[in-house]
Amino acid sequence: MTQLVIISIYLALLLGLGLYSSRLFSGTSQDYLLASRSIGPFLLLMSLFGTTMTAFALVGSTGEAYKEGVGVYGMLASSSGIIHSLCFFLIGVKIWRLGHKHGYLTQIDFFRDRLESDKIGLLLFPVLVGLVIPYLLIGVIASGTVINGVTRGTFPEMFADSKGGVPESWASLVVCVVVLLYVFFGGMRGTAWANAFQTIVFMVLGLVTFCVLATELGGQDSFFANLRTASAAVGEDKLTRHHITQLQFFTYMLIPFSVGMFPHLFQHWLTAKSADSFKLAVVAHPFFIMIVWVPCVLVGVWATTELAGVPDQVPPNAVLAFLVKTKVGETLAGFLTAGILAAIMSSLDSQFLCLGTIFTNDIVLRYWGRERFSEKQIIVMARVFIVLIVAVTYGFSLFEPRRVFQLGVWCFSGFSALFPLVYASLYWRGLSKAGAYAGVVAAIASWGLLFAQSGFASNPGFLVFGMMPVATMFACSTVAMVLVSLVTPKPSNATLAKFFG
Amino acid sequence: MRNIIWLLVIVLVILHQDCWFWSDTRLVFGFIPVALFYHMCVSIAAGVTWFLATKFAWPSDPAQDGTVD
Repeated sequence: MTQLVIISIYLALLLGLGLYSSRLFSGTSQDYLLASRSIGPFLLLMSLFGTTMTAFALVGSTGEAYKEGVGVYGMLASSSGIIHSLCFFLIGVKIWRLGHKHGYLTQIDFFRDRLESDKIGLLLFPVLVGLVIPYLLIGVIASGTVINGVTRGTFPEMFADSKGGVPESWASLVVCVVVLLYVFFGGMRGTAWANAFQTIVFMVLGLVTFCVLATELGGQDSFFANLRTASAAVGEDKLTRHHITQLQFFTYMLIPFSVGMFPHLFQHWLTAKSADSFKLAVVAHPFFIMIVWVPCVLVGVWATTELAGVPDQVPPNAVLAFLVKTKVGETLAGFLTAGILAAIMSSLDSQFLCLGTIFTNDIVLRYWGRERFSEKQIIVMARVFIVLIVAVTYGFSLFEPRRVFQLGVWCFSGFSALFPLVYASLYWRGLSKAGAYAGVVAAIASWGLLFAQSGFASNPGFLVFGMMPVATMFACSTVAMVLVSLVTPKPSNATLAKFFG
Repeated sequence: MRNIIWLLVIVLVILHQDCWFWSDTRLVFGFIPVALFYHMCVSIAAGVTWFLATKFAWPSDPAQDGTVD
C-alpha cells in the first residue's frame, strides 16, 4: 500500500507541474506546441535525454540483460552514445537553423518545403504515426507491468486475478490519463519541465535502486564487497556475447540512427533558443546514457543468479519490478517505482504532444486552412487526436505483450530506415521529390514485410542474412532513394539556394 | 581540425566492434564484466569526442545563431 501511496503522490506532483506551467502559457499554438522556441541548453538536454530514455532503457535493458547478458550495453547503449550525439550534431542543429529561419513546426513542414511537395506529408503522416504507436506501446505496457509488479499481494482479494496487485490494464490507463492531463495543460513547456524533473528523478533513483539492490543481493559489509559478490555469482554465459554474432552486433549500430527521424525529437529540436543550446546535449548524452544503462544491465545479469531468486515464470519485462518488490522495503520501493515511471512517462508526454502537433499542423490546418480555426480550436483538435491515438495504443496493450526491448528495436528500426531521407535532404542537393517518395515507400514496405516475418516481434532472434533487420531496411530505403533521385527532376534552384545557401 | 574530429568518430565506431573481448569473462575491479567496462570506456570516449566537436568543429552560422525574436 505504501508503494501505491508514493506512486500516487508522484503522479499528483506531475499533474501539479503541468498545471503550474500552464500559467505561463501565452495562448498561442506556437507557445503550446514549441514553447515559443525558448528552451535553453539545460532544459533541452533534459528534454532530449528524458525523451530518448524510455521504458526501453530501464525496464527493457534490465530484462534484456537478464535474457542475453551484458552484451546489451555494447549493442545499444555505447553505440547510442556515439550515434545520438552525431544525429544532434549533424541533423538537429541544421534543422533548428532551418526551422528558426522558415518557421517550421514539424518534420512534415520541413520535408514539404525542401522537396516542393505537398503530398509527401500525406505519405509521411501515417508512416510516422504508425511507427510511433509501437513506441507508445512500450511505455504503456511497461508502466502497467511495473505498477502491477510492485503492488502484488497488496490487494489479495480485490485483485486476485492479478496476483493481488493493481491490474496492469488499470495501471496503464492511469499513467496514460496523467500524462495526457499534464500535456493538455502545459503543452510543450509543461512537457519540457516535466521531462527535466523526471530525468533527474529517474537518474538519481536509478542509481539508488542499483546501490540498494547490490547491498541486498551481496549481503556483505561494504558496498564494493557487495558488488563483487553479486557479479561473482553471474554465470559465464551472461558475461559474454556468445549468443550474438559479430555481424549482428555491428548492425545493431544502425538502430540509434532512429533518433534522426523521431518526430517528437524533431519537435524538441525546434524548441531550442539557439543553435548553441544543442552543445550541452551533444556532449552530455553519452555520459548520461552510461549513468542510466550500466546499473540496469548489471542488475539484469545479477537477476539471473541464485542470490536474486527470480522465478523462471517472471517475464523479462517484470524482472526489475520483481527485484524492487522483493528486495527493498515498501517506502523505498515506492520511490524507486516512481523513478521507473519517470523514465516511461518522460517519453510518453513528448510522443503524445508530437502526434497532436503533426495532426493539426500537417493535416487539418494544411488542408482546411489556418484562418478557419481559432487558436483554442487548434489546441482542442490536437488534444482530441492525441486521445484517439492513445486509446488505440491502450487497446493494443491489452493483447499479449512482447518483450519491451524487442518491440523497441522494431520501432527504432523503422525510424532508422527513414534516416537516409533526412540526411540526404540536408546534405545532398541531388535528392528529388520522387526519390524521397521511393525512399519512404521502400523503408516502410521492407519494415512491414520483415516485421510480419518475425511474427510481429514475437521472434527475438529474427535476422536477415545474419544481420539485424534494420540493415536491410536501411539499405532498401537508401538504394531506392538514390536510384530514383538520379533519374528524376530535382527541386528548383530557388529551393536549393534556400537550403544550401 | 574538423577532419580530425570526424576521424575520431570513425575510430570510435571501429573500436566499438570489440571482437577481442567477445568471450572474455573477466571482472574488472572484481565486479564489472570486462565487455561492459570496455563499452563504458567507449561511452566516455564518445563524450570527449563530442566535447572536442563542440569546441573545434561546431557548425557556425552567425546570421542564424542567437536568441529567437
